[in-house]
Amino acid sequence: MRAPSAFLWQVTKLLATLALTFIGLLLVTFLIGRIVPVDPVLAVVGDRASQSVYDKAYIELGLDKPLYEQFWIYMTKMVTGDLGQSFLTKKDIADDILRVFPATLELATVGILIGTVLGLPLGVLAAVKKGKLADQLVRVLGLVGYSAPIFWLGLLGLLVFYAKLGWVAGPGRIDIGYEYSVTQTTGLLLIDSAMQGQWDAFRNVVSHIILPASLLGYFSMAYISRMTRSFMLNELAQEYITTARVKGVPEWRIIWIHALRNAAVPLVTVIALSYASLLEGSVLTETVFAWPGLGQYLTNSLQNADMNAVLGGTMVIGVIFVGLNLLSDLLYTLLDPRVRRRG
Amino acid sequence: MSMTESSRREWLLTDHPASRRQARLGQMYRTWLTFRQNRLAMVGLGIVVLLVLVAIFADLIAPYDPLISGDLRTARLLPPSWNHPMGTDEQARDIFSRVVYGSRLTLMVVALVAIIATPIGLLVGTTAGYFGGWVDIILMRITDIFLAFPRLILALAFVAALGPGIENAIIAIAITSWPPYARLARAETLTIRDTDYIAAIRLQGASSARIISGHVVPLCLSSVIIRVTLDMAGIILTAAGLGFLGLGAQPPQPEWGAMIAAGRRFLIDFWWVATMPGIAIFAVSLGFNLLGDGLRDVLDPKGRG
Amino acid sequence: MLHVPRFFSTAAVALFAGLATPAAQAETPPDTLIQAWSIDDVITLDPAEVFEFTASEILGNTYQGLIGYNVNDVSDIFGVIAESWEVAPDGMSMSFTIRDGMQFATGNPITVDDVVFSLTRAVKLDKSPAFILTQFGLNAENVDDMIVKTGDNSFDLKMDKAYAPTLLLYCLTATVGFIVDKQLVLEHEVDGDLGYNWLKTAYAGSGAFTIREWRANEVIVVERNDNYSGDAPPMARAIYRHIPESSTQRLLLEKGDIDIARDLGPEEIDALQNNPDIRIESGVKGSIYYLGLNQKNEFLSKPEVRQAMKYLVDYATIADTIAKGTVTVHQAFLPKGFLGALEETPFELNVEKAKELLAAAGVPDGFTVTMDTRNTPEITGMAQAIQQTMATAGINLELIPGDGQQTLTKYRARNHDIYIGRWGPDYQDPHTNADTFARNPDNSDDAASKPLAWRNAWDIPEMTAKADAAVLEKDAAARAEMYLALQREHQETSPFVIMFQEIEVLGFRDNVKGFVVGPSFNDNSFKAVTKE
Repeated sequence: MRAPSAFLWQVTKLLATLALTFIGLLLVTFLIGRIVPVDPVLAVVGDRASQSVYDKAYIELGLDKPLYEQFWIYMTKMVTGDLGQSFLTKKDIADDILRVFPATLELATVGILIGTVLGLPLGVLAAVKKGKLADQLVRVLGLVGYSAPIFWLGLLGLLVFYAKLGWVAGPGRIDIGYEYSVTQTTGLLLIDSAMQGQWDAFRNVVSHIILPASLLGYFSMAYISRMTRSFMLNELAQEYITTARVKGVPEWRIIWIHALRNAAVPLVTVIALSYASLLEGSVLTETVFAWPGLGQYLTNSLQNADMNAVLGGTMVIGVIFVGLNLLSDLLYTLLDPRVRRRG
Repeated sequence: MSMTESSRREWLLTDHPASRRQARLGQMYRTWLTFRQNRLAMVGLGIVVLLVLVAIFADLIAPYDPLISGDLRTARLLPPSWNHPMGTDEQARDIFSRVVYGSRLTLMVVALVAIIATPIGLLVGTTAGYFGGWVDIILMRITDIFLAFPRLILALAFVAALGPGIENAIIAIAITSWPPYARLARAETLTIRDTDYIAAIRLQGASSARIISGHVVPLCLSSVIIRVTLDMAGIILTAAGLGFLGLGAQPPQPEWGAMIAAGRRFLIDFWWVATMPGIAIFAVSLGFNLLGDGLRDVLDPKGRG
Repeated sequence: MLHVPRFFSTAAVALFAGLATPAAQAETPPDTLIQAWSIDDVITLDPAEVFEFTASEILGNTYQGLIGYNVNDVSDIFGVIAESWEVAPDGMSMSFTIRDGMQFATGNPITVDDVVFSLTRAVKLDKSPAFILTQFGLNAENVDDMIVKTGDNSFDLKMDKAYAPTLLLYCLTATVGFIVDKQLVLEHEVDGDLGYNWLKTAYAGSGAFTIREWRANEVIVVERNDNYSGDAPPMARAIYRHIPESSTQRLLLEKGDIDIARDLGPEEIDALQNNPDIRIESGVKGSIYYLGLNQKNEFLSKPEVRQAMKYLVDYATIADTIAKGTVTVHQAFLPKGFLGALEETPFELNVEKAKELLAAAGVPDGFTVTMDTRNTPEITGMAQAIQQTMATAGINLELIPGDGQQTLTKYRARNHDIYIGRWGPDYQDPHTNADTFARNPDNSDDAASKPLAWRNAWDIPEMTAKADAAVLEKDAAARAEMYLALQREHQETSPFVIMFQEIEVLGFRDNVKGFVVGPSFNDNSFKAVTKE
C-alpha cells in the first residue's frame, strides 16, 4: 500500500525538520543571549557585590568558558531534560515554566474559544450575505480587530469595565482571598475551582479572565471570520451545492451541514494557527493584565538577562508553535481526501 | 497638447492599444477604477495619504515643539482644550504636536522595515527557488527557523540584545519580517524558473547572479511589494508594542507606543494622555489594513468577494 | 434563511452573562494583610545575601538580629537577641551576652552558637552585604578567631581597629547580622555550602512571621510564627503581590482588593487624598536621588562644569510637580535622620550662574553628554525635566534609557557620562554613605572596592582619609561635626549632583492600623497591624 508508507515518510520528514528547527531556535536564542549588553552576573549577585563575590559568580555561571563550549554544555544538558536554573527565581526553569504555563494556556484557550464561537458564525454570515451590509460589517469588525493595538484596548478595557463600571475583576488571575483556597492540581484555575465545587472562586476566576480573553478572542475572531468567509465562498461555489439546492435540501442544511463540513478541514488549520499566535500574543496582554503567565515570565527574564529562562521559555513557545503547525498539517493530510489522494 | 477628460479616458480604456505603454497604463487605470469603487479601500487610502501629508508638514501643523516641556507647574496634564486639542502630558508637552510629529516616526519605521526586509526576502527566496537542491533546502530551513519563532518574541529578544531604541526596533522587526517574503519569492521563482523566457536568457550565457537580479527579481517584485503593503499595519503595531514595552523608541521621542506606555500611569484621571496616541495608532493601522484589503481584492481575483 | 445553531446562541448568552456579572465587591480576609508592591528586586531570601529593599523588609519582619533601634529616634539602641554588650577598654573588641529563653520558629532555642554561626556564616559566604561585617577586619580565614564563644551565653567580636562603637552596633542591625537557626540550616547543607543554596528560597529565623512562599515576580507569603518571643501578631498571614504599575495599585486599593499600596505616584496620591476609605501615610526614607558625573569625561571633569550642573536642576519644581509627595529636596550625601546629616540646600536653578561657570570652564556654548537613565517612570520623568533645564544653558543631554540591569552594567564599568541613580544606605551609621560617596581608596580600573566615587572615577585620596578618620571618632558630637564638614566640601566639589531624598508613601485602606514605617526598609514592620 502506498498511502500508509507515504504518511510515515511524511511523519519522519516532519520530525527531522522539527529537530533541525529546534537546534536552529536554540542557537539563535543562545547567541542573542550572549550579546545582550546586560551583565548576567549582576542579576545573580546584585548591584553592591564586592569584586571577589562578582568573580566567584562569574565562574560559577560558566561565563569564563568559550562560547561554543557554553553552547555545547547547554545542549547536552537540554537533551537530558535539564533546562538549568533561573538566575532570577533560583528555581529550575522546567519547574518555573510548568508553574507559569497553565496561566497562559488557560487565557489563550478561553480566548480561542471566544474567537471561534464568534468568528465561525460571523464568517458564515458574511459568506452567505456576500457583498451585502452584513458582509461589510463583518469585514470592518475584523479589520478593526487587526488594527487596534491590543495593549491599548486592554488598558481602555480595564479603565471602563473594571475601574469605572466594576463589571469585571481587575488585573491578575484570581483574588488573593481565593488564591489559597483553590488547590492547584491542573494549574488551570477554571477547571480546578470547578472540580473542587468552589463556585465563588470559579465566578471570581471568570470575572478575571473574561476581559483579557475577550480581547484575545476578538483578535482571533478577526482572523477566523475572514478565513471562514473565504472557505465558505469557495465551497458554496462548488457543484455539489448546486446539486443539493436542485434536490431541494433546505438552505440552512446546505450552509451549516454540507458546506461548513467541507470547509471545516482547512478551518482546523486556521484555528490551530491562531491558537499558536494567541500564545505568543499574550506577551503584551499579560503585561497589561498582570497575568502571571509565560509571556510575563519571558519579558521579565529578558529584561534581567536571565538567558537560561529566556531560552527555556522560547523553546516551549517554539515547540508549541511548531507542534501546532505540524498537527494541523497532519490533520489536513489525514482528513482531507484530496490531499491524501495527491500525497 | 491638451486632451479632454473623456478622450484621455477613451485612450486608456481602448480595446486596441497601439503601444505596450498604452496597454499597461490602461491596465493600471482599470485596476484603479475597480479600486475606486471600493469605498472602504478609498477611506484607507485617504488615511494613508493624510498620514504622509501630516508627516511632511508636521512643522506647519504642530502648534508646539514636541520635545520641549511647557511650564511644569501650570501646564501639566491639562485636558483637551482650544490651546491643546489633545491636552498635555506629564511633562507639560502638547500631545497634539507630539502625535503629529509621531507620524514621522511611524512612517520611518514602516518605510525602513520595508526597505530592509524586502531585499532580504527577495534575495533568499529567489536564490533558493532558482538554484533548487541543497541551496534551496538550506535557505528554506533557515527561513523556517525564523518562521518557527514567535515573531514578537524574536523581535523582543533582538531588541534586548541590540539595546532599546527605534533604530534597533526597526532592525529587529525587519529581521523578523523577511521570512514570509522569502517564501513568496521562492514560490514565484519556481513558476518562472523553467519558462522559455528564462531558458533563452540562460542560453545567451548570462550568469546566475545576473539572471536572478536582472530577470527573476523584477518578476517577483510586484507580488512581494503587495505582500509588504499588507503587512504594514502589522509592522506599525509591532513597533508600537515594542515602544509600549519600553524597547522601541525612547523618551522624549514622540513615538505613539511609548506615549501610551507613559500615559498608562495617568489613565484613570487623565485619560487623554494614553488615549490620543492610541487613536492615532489605531487609525493609521486601520488605514493600511483597509488599503491592503482593497488592493488584495483588486489584484488577487481569487480572493475577491 | 440563516439559522444560528442553538449551541452558538447559548454560548453567546453565557458569555455576556459572565461579562455582566458584577465582580463581587472584594474585601480582603480579616486575618490577612495584602500589599501590592513591585517585588521584582528580590533575588534571595538568605540574610547573608539579602541587600534589596523588598527582601530587607521581609527579613525585618521574619528574622531578629542582636540589636535594634527605635525607628523614631535611631540613636536609641536596644538589644533584641543580645541582652547586653560591652566595649573592651582598648576599643578593639566588643563582648555580647545573649538573652535567655528565646526560640526559633522551629522551636529550637536561640543559643550563642546560633549567633556565632550566623555571623561567621555571613563572613564566610562573602556575598554582597558581607562587607558590612568584613569592614571591621574580618575575613573568611580569620573569622573563627575574631568571633568567639566565651561562655554559655556570651561571645566576643574582635576588630582590627578601635572603630566608633555605634558603627558596629548599627552594622549589626542590618539584615546581614540577622540570626539563623544553625541546626536547621546545617540540615540542608550540601557540599559545605553552609545551607546557602537552600536558604536562598527558604526560611530559618525567629521573627514575628515565617516565610511560607516566594514566587519571583509574583508573590511573597509570610505567616504568623507561633514560637515568636514577642507579642503574637494580630495578622495570621501577610501577602505581598507583585504589581509593578502604580495606577493598578491604586485601582486595587480603591476596590478594596488590597490593604496597602506601596508604589503610589504623585498623581495617585493626589487622587486618593480625598477618598474617605483610604489613608495616605508617608515616612522619610534614606534613599537619595543623584546624578553621577563620570570624571573620565573631558567636560564633566572640569570643576566649573560640575558646579554648573548643580545649578541646572530645577529641584523645587521637580519636587513639587512630577515627583510631588515622593521626594524632598536634599543636597548632601547623608540623608536626614542620620548622625551629622547636612540639611543645607545651597543650589537651585540658576541658568545665568551656570552660564558664567560654563564660560569660566571654557565651554560657553555648552556641550553634548549622555545620561544613562533607568526606564522607571520616576527616574525617566526626572531625567526629562533635567534635560530641559540643562538645555537652557546649552548642555545637550541625550538620554540613554535602559532597564535597571542594563544601566547598572554600564555604570559599574564606568562607561557612562552621567548616571541618574538612587542610592539607599546599607545601615544606620553615617559611614555607610560616606564610604561610597566620599571614599575611593583606589581609582584604578581593577580596584578591589568600587564605591560610587570609583564608579565616577573621582580620585580623592585626601577626602578618603577624612572619611576614614571619622569612623574612628568615638565622641558622637565630634563625629557629627566631622561629617558636616565632609559634606560641605563634598557638596561644593564632588561630581555628584545630589538632588532629593526619598519619601516613602503608603496608601492604606482606612481600617488598617499599626503599620510602622521606619527609616530603612528592614524597619518597616507589620507585626502590630490590625484590621478593624
